[in-house]
Amino acid sequence: MSINSQASTLTENQQETAGNVSTHKFLIHHRGDHVGVATSPIQKGEKVIGIYMDDNSDIAVVAKGDIPLGHKISLVNLEAGEPVLKYGVQIGLTTEKWEIGDYVHTHNIKTARW
Amino acid sequence: MSQQLFGYRRENGKVGIRNHVIILPVDDISNAACEAVARQVQGTLALPHAYGRLQYGPDLDLHFRTMIGTGSNPNVAAVIVIGIEQNWAKKIADGIAETGKPVSYFSIEGNGDFETIRAASWKAKEYVQWATELQKVPIELKDLTVSIKCGESDTTTGMGSCPTVSQAVDRLVEAGATVFFGETSELTGGEHLISERMATPELREKFMAIYDDYVGEIESKGVDLLGSQPTQGNIAGGLSTIEEKALGNIAKTGTKEVIGVLDPAEKPENGPGLYFMDTSSAAAECITLMAAGGAVLHLFPTGQGNIIGNPIEPVVKITANPITAATMSEHIDVDVQGLLSRSISLHEAGDQLMEMICRTVNGRLTSAEALGHREFVMTKLYRSA
Repeated sequence: MSINSQASTLTENQQETAGNVSTHKFLIHHRGDHVGVATSPIQKGEKVIGIYMDDNSDIAVVAKGDIPLGHKISLVNLEAGEPVLKYGVQIGLTTEKWEIGDYVHTHNIKTARW
Repeated sequence: MSQQLFGYRRENGKVGIRNHVIILPVDDISNAACEAVARQVQGTLALPHAYGRLQYGPDLDLHFRTMIGTGSNPNVAAVIVIGIEQNWAKKIADGIAETGKPVSYFSIEGNGDFETIRAASWKAKEYVQWATELQKVPIELKDLTVSIKCGESDTTTGMGSCPTVSQAVDRLVEAGATVFFGETSELTGGEHLISERMATPELREKFMAIYDDYVGEIESKGVDLLGSQPTQGNIAGGLSTIEEKALGNIAKTGTKEVIGVLDPAEKPENGPGLYFMDTSSAAAECITLMAAGGAVLHLFPTGQGNIIGNPIEPVVKITANPITAATMSEHIDVDVQGLLSRSISLHEAGDQLMEMICRTVNGRLTSAEALGHREFVMTKLYRSA
């Protein structure tokens, strides 16, 4: 699994924004999760800040698609068929290759149950 | 909680926060008579439903358990039972009478609607005038049985409204209250997390048997739930898989161990604490079963905006979705969208919900009550004979 090297680098540049209530556009449940959730609408090409809800650290990602409020953004590069983590728990499998910043929904993730 | 709480202490010691006189139909064809009585006698409430004829086996057992449980709920002061046949009406009335509360039954066969409505109306008027003189007494959080279930979930429920309910669940259990959660189908993907919280190996085994039975039931139909779990509303709200939905759902159950595994509409027998009840994830069915199990107050996190209510159990709605809070505000009791903008802490959100719980106990109508949402839906296990 290819983990978020690009996202990690961006994080270091954005440390000063941690805890700022007005700048983040997405939240991540747990450190190590593969997706964040938009808390405001995100536009394609926008560089957006996300905050980890478990340790209040932050991360910056360039969105590769429009992401509505409540929908997910990829924080990692993944191949097709890989497990996806949210809440630190598997929520499904990728159905195609993911890149950091991709819009994530039913077109590129599916349940592992059925 | 510094606010003094007041409630109705019933004949059996159980505490209610509402004081309904209900007119309970045994079966679908007795709905009309029940509704006529409720129109005639102000302050009474008819609970029409779709079933009660030619049911058999466990499905019939569940019908009786739900009927008797509904009448026995401490939010109900007194009950009129009306059925087409005398035997089943009597069976339900006898079950309710074990609580010590006033209950009378009437049967339509051989009398017709007119005569039944006349006789039942006299008794209903007597009950409502008696009930309206009952006084509330000081109570504590530990006297409450609270149920939880979310609906029209989206990713904001897992981030905001469910963790807020989780705060309340932990605080209620610590205070000595009883809490029910359920939604067997919507634990899929996180069932191991619930299983790990069972207090004993026996409970774990019982829980997993119920869960596996549910999965087997779906597989036996040769289908999966891809079209219905997550729902179209869930998907519109950003949820992509049943596992993701389940983890958000479980985020409302707090952190306490689970001390009991209940059948649908079953009463808790292991003392105060957190219980799992085997229920559908459909909101009206689930809350109807939990109310029949004795829950007097329901906490309902929603993302995309479920508008559910229940006739006898007040339903408190919590949302963290700013769009829902803006476009459906008449349905929302507690707005915790500040969790998404990070302008409030989870603890503060929990404080807001606890305050609303206390206000609701003390008489504030919930949004669902004020808007007349009285969804009373019996769970049917299989088709009738």
